[in-house]
Amino acid sequence: MPQPVTAPPSARPAPVRLGVTMLCHDNLELAARMARLWTDGGARIAIHVDAKAPPGAVAGMQAALDGTGALYARRRPCEWGTFSLVEATLDAARLLLDNHPDLTHVMAVSGACLPLRPVSELCSFLARHQGRDFIESVTARDVGWTVGGLNEERFTLRFPFSYRRQRRLFDRYVALQRRFKVSRPIPRGLVPHLGSQWWCLTAETLRAILGDPRRPEWDRYFRRVWVPDESYFQTLVRRHSIDVESRSLTLAKFDTQGKPYVFYDDHLPLLVGSRAFVARKIWPGAQALYDHFPVASPGEVADHEPHTDRLEALLDRAADRRLRGRPGLYMQSRFPRKDAENGKTARPYAVIYGFGDLFPGLAEWLEAGTGLTMHRHLLAPDQVEFAQDEAIGPGALSDSAAVRDLDPRGFLTSLIRSSPTEIGFLFSPRDRQSLNWFMATDPNARIHVATGAWIVPMLNSGMPFDDIRRAAALIQRAEIEFLSVLDSVWVKARVSRFNLADVIAQPQVPLRQMVHGLTAVEGTPGLPLPAMRNVAGVVPLLRRLANAGLRPRRMGDLRTLRAVTSGTRDAQAAAVPMPGGASGRCPPAAIPAGPPGSACPPPGPAAVPTPATAATASPRRSARSAARERP
Amino acid sequence: MPRWWKSYRRKLRLRARRQWYLGRAIRRRGRLTPVADRTSAIGPDSILAFVTQRNEGVRLPYFLDYYRRLGIDHFLFVDNDSDDGSRAYLAAQPDVSLWMTTDSYKASRFGMDWIAWLLFRHGSGHWCLTVDPDEFLVYPHCDTRPLRALTDWLDSSAVKSFPAMLLDMYPRGPVTAEPYPQGANPFDIAAWFDPANYTIRKNGLYGNLWIQGGPRTRAFFGDRPEQAPALNKIPLVRWERPFVYVSSTHMLLPRALNMVYDEDGGERASGILLHAKFLSTFVDKSAEELQRGQHYADGQEYRAYHRGLQDDPDFWTHQSQRFQNWRQLEDLGLISRGNWV
Repeated sequence: MPQPVTAPPSARPAPVRLGVTMLCHDNLELAARMARLWTDGGARIAIHVDAKAPPGAVAGMQAALDGTGALYARRRPCEWGTFSLVEATLDAARLLLDNHPDLTHVMAVSGACLPLRPVSELCSFLARHQGRDFIESVTARDVGWTVGGLNEERFTLRFPFSYRRQRRLFDRYVALQRRFKVSRPIPRGLVPHLGSQWWCLTAETLRAILGDPRRPEWDRYFRRVWVPDESYFQTLVRRHSIDVESRSLTLAKFDTQGKPYVFYDDHLPLLVGSRAFVARKIWPGAQALYDHFPVASPGEVADHEPHTDRLEALLDRAADRRLRGRPGLYMQSRFPRKDAENGKTARPYAVIYGFGDLFPGLAEWLEAGTGLTMHRHLLAPDQVEFAQDEAIGPGALSDSAAVRDLDPRGFLTSLIRSSPTEIGFLFSPRDRQSLNWFMATDPNARIHVATGAWIVPMLNSGMPFDDIRRAAALIQRAEIEFLSVLDSVWVKARVSRFNLADVIAQPQVPLRQMVHGLTAVEGTPGLPLPAMRNVAGVVPLLRRLANAGLRPRRMGDLRTLRAVTSGTRDAQAAAVPMPGGASGRCPPAAIPAGPPGSACPPPGPAAVPTPATAATASPRRSARSAARERP
Repeated sequence: MPRWWKSYRRKLRLRARRQWYLGRAIRRRGRLTPVADRTSAIGPDSILAFVTQRNEGVRLPYFLDYYRRLGIDHFLFVDNDSDDGSRAYLAAQPDVSLWMTTDSYKASRFGMDWIAWLLFRHGSGHWCLTVDPDEFLVYPHCDTRPLRALTDWLDSSAVKSFPAMLLDMYPRGPVTAEPYPQGANPFDIAAWFDPANYTIRKNGLYGNLWIQGGPRTRAFFGDRPEQAPALNKIPLVRWERPFVYVSSTHMLLPRALNMVYDEDGGERASGILLHAKFLSTFVDKSAEELQRGQHYADGQEYRAYHRGLQDDPDFWTHQSQRFQNWRQLEDLGLISRGNWV
């Protein structure tokens, strides 16, 4: 049993005499306990019990409240969302004011409202704000007070069907009225306002509302308004009060479904910190809360006003999680439809398309230059190639291609979500293409494309020409399809595109751009460019493919290509035995060997690094190339 | 074919299927022999647990203890021909009603016929949790709020079913390394799990999500993942007479009960069933089950285990995570509190 608070309301000099109207539906035992908290604190109380409550429970409640002077209003059957709730409140308020003419304030509470602070603190708070009405009252035009419900239409449509029992009819009738633009007029002199039904008004204002000469007219009108308990007093108070403070002293927030948030034992520290006077709703089994509250504030904070920001932030976060969820998460209770994902992936990631065919050491190079975790060909058809050739990827993802292909989207999004750092991976037309649309329409994707690069690994593969031609046809078709996705109007990814000729002619341009775009921090140390594969012989191969009936496409300007590949032949001959490039050698294609006029800018400062910078900037890479050079 | 006709036909087909499952459960009700019937103790808003068990005596003490603490008011057990004394143990529990049967597990739709009858007979109007003795429910706030807080909240949200996917737990090191003593917390030994290794697909006919993956897929089904066991479960349902489980507790009919996930990007509340299968008891169990051939798809799963078990599997990887609490699971995105703050 909570400790009765015996401090009289006159502990402070201001003469506040508080009355309480309480509406109860079920759990009358609990309501009786709450009522006793109010009367023990010195408040007068008038109780309305739903006519549908069992008579035995009502008798029990009355017995429990014997001697407290509680008043009982005529019992009406109450239904959520109807005028009966307003009538019940009006009855109780009338009863209270008639029996206790000396009251200065009246507060509306429910049987499930738990006073968090003693009544005396509430009274001294009210005394400090003489003559002020605490009622949340927001104009109905201010969209956004209601959570996912009707706003202004509450006042202009008709609602003959029960929301709870005849939901389908209710929805259809609303839609019908919207369609035919039927509306009923709002009486002159009323400006619709909405707000929480848990208010605290001065007796003066409440008497003015009860005694309003046009009240029969208002009542007739509000009888047909949707959820009038959230608009009746809120609207009328604007006619009668001169000092409205538009907030509720009761902490009651509604979730996205329009039902109040429920508080449990583990909310105790938050509720204490909120310094709210009254909270609702409390779970009936939350014994620790019922035992703890109401609790008198320690002396220095006894005068503090409620500040519920922290609690409300928690509730807002919950609403956001229910409505929008965590981006990039696919799980048993969040499986968004296509394009309803609110974020397809959790974090930005890089897709390096084609470049890997041209620069064998690209992944290591990018890892060193950008700090990304660079996986290899994640979507390779035979096996998932995680970074460092791990057999188990982040989140314990398996490297089995079959498992990945069951749910490729889930694979990629899980990988991105469970990686400790941002990731990138290599991609080529040889890989599985099932995620093309997903990545292209994902704003988190940064796709760097080198078209036509797929031809390069075929150059010195030693495959028979017939096989090359067959493979080239398939690969090229895959590439064209990917590019048509990237050309569509739906693309949300950040895409940069180069063709083979451009990359070979000026490899520093796309690579620098890549590093620049993928690095969060500015001014990364310049790294030597990664070594390029031997590209000599591309043009003859392309010509041969063309003559065999397969027209190579998206290779870039053939004249440029011819110029840059033929010019590199000598350099290639020197370069091929040392593919590591740790010695700071210029990539072959960067050596201006093209015809006059071909755009080969002087190598940038980073393109001619000293061996020392190369070694310090990428110790792992030099170790790797050293290992490779050992034999 | 017009769309409405297709959906109407599907509706009829699913209704027929539901009635057939229900009918065969009712027809076979006589195969259950009551051993200890204490169902008169079930109150109007009791939370019930429905369990099928066979020779799980080692696990039962902790199982009962765990769920009593969560707030299960009454357990309804079906004992399938145990010979390890577990039947007598269960019959002696004050909050357990026990039935026994010697029928084939496989021919009884893997035990679902028995459970379907008990749900039909005793479950209606209650929140019913259908689990195996090696499954332990974890839901948001389960360390501070009893199960009734969850069911009350689900009631007020007009939600009738609560999903909890199966999370395979495994020890660090070989499964057989540390013996499981009766009554101990199995997750002191099998404390590890795969945080994000799950594939999710939608089942168009029943509307449920089909989740596979985890250590079993990784270790045993890497080359044929379609055959890996399903992990999606809907164990907690506010039961009504017409409801029926279709395949284990993976999905239900009517299919609206399977819509436990949000498709507009939001998150609904969900929990998890910690699966204490991979304990030292597992090796004997899988050998026995293989022998009996009473399991799903001709015990393919158990055959795969048995093959894998020859060299004493170790599911642990450096990416495995050690189980701490529900908050950890929520951060990882395995469960969600939805808007239940």
